[in-house]
Amino acid sequence: MRTIKHHLTEELILGYAAGTLPEAVNLAVATHVSLCDECRAAVEAHEALGGSVIERCGTEDMSTGARDSALAAIRGAAPEVPATQTPDAVLPAPILSYVGKGLADVKWRPVGMGVKQAILPTAPGATARLLYIPAGVAMPDHSHNGMELTLVLQGAFEDEDGRFARGDIEIADDAVQHTPVADISEDCICLAVTDAPLRFKRLLPRLAQPFLRI
Amino acid sequence: MFGQTESLEILEPGAVEQAPQTCDVRMKRAAGARQLGVMTRQDKPDWVAEMRRIRDHADEEAFVALFDHFAPRVKSFLMRSGADAAMAEECAQEVMVTVWRRAAVFDPSRASVATWIFTIARNKKIDALRKQRRPEPEDLPWGPESEPDQAEVVELQQESAYLGQAIADLPEKQRDLIEKAFYGELSHSEIAAETGLPLGTIKSRIRLALDRLRHAMERKQ
Repeated sequence: MRTIKHHLTEELILGYAAGTLPEAVNLAVATHVSLCDECRAAVEAHEALGGSVIERCGTEDMSTGARDSALAAIRGAAPEVPATQTPDAVLPAPILSYVGKGLADVKWRPVGMGVKQAILPTAPGATARLLYIPAGVAMPDHSHNGMELTLVLQGAFEDEDGRFARGDIEIADDAVQHTPVADISEDCICLAVTDAPLRFKRLLPRLAQPFLRI
Repeated sequence: MFGQTESLEILEPGAVEQAPQTCDVRMKRAAGARQLGVMTRQDKPDWVAEMRRIRDHADEEAFVALFDHFAPRVKSFLMRSGADAAMAEECAQEVMVTVWRRAAVFDPSRASVATWIFTIARNKKIDALRKQRRPEPEDLPWGPESEPDQAEVVELQQESAYLGQAIADLPEKQRDLIEKAFYGELSHSEIAAETGLPLGTIKSRIRLALDRLRHAMERKQ
């Protein structure tokens, strides 16, 4: 595993462990965790808080017969073995479950200057999309209305906060103004998640503008 | 929060055993059990052993013990999270059936049984209440070649018990914050920097277990 330099915030780790984040944000967290054992351990440690919540939250009586019907259900129930995933060199398993078998199945749509994107079908509340940015291309200067997570899957980009390569996640809030530039060496593929659904509509015309800042 | 190992000082095993409510007999039993490498939370049942009985022998008695303890708690957790009684009941049953069916993937060097059941209940809640998918990280499968070391299991289970104790010892207001975060009643930033709980030690133990799994996977390839 590559050593990851840019990690999840504690807020995201706790929210993912608690299960209270929007689906698209969960997807970014699960993808980062697939590539970062440090954050995987942090998530599992926070899940231990959930274990103590379950122990402490009190009890509600199960109805008569609930146990018997559970026993009936387990008799002859086949063990549930997680399906073995065929790994993809670029897309970790959590993303694959939204796009298909591999990178070739992504339904890219061009947005200009060689940049392509694919919206992933997640529940409302936040939006997830894959971005394909040709080597050396700059994204337009933009700030955020809400939170934006950008997780690098291939190549790298650089902005005011440093260099982000595979597995690194940039967490930007509405205060951050940044101009990411993809590395010259390789086309860059990112998972980008925004938690302000309306923002995406406003972002579209900007993405369609010519990239003047190359 | 991770780095705050200093808050563990009050939670050394000795400190727990010297707690006034712990009687001598229990102390001796717990100490003896530790020497034998058997995990026990003093007078609490040994849930890890029950899980092994389910995994290795499809032991229905072990399942009944887990069901009687955890199903009413899972039901309560789901009702507190917004499910009505009928839905919570149905989901709690399904959670317990999942516990049975997935017994082989439970890794006691990374989670206590309560923690593992919590993750199943949490995912059930997202699925049934919020009608959303829950993206999960890529699996780190473990098999016979990477079977957790018994000492690692005992340590992780003990740390989980200490964490439970530390939460019980928190002032009510702080404990409330943690619980609300898990019921989705509070934004996470409100509690993220708050608790000072000894999560750092649990995290390091899980990190070691993950390293072991990675090495086993590399050897296989």
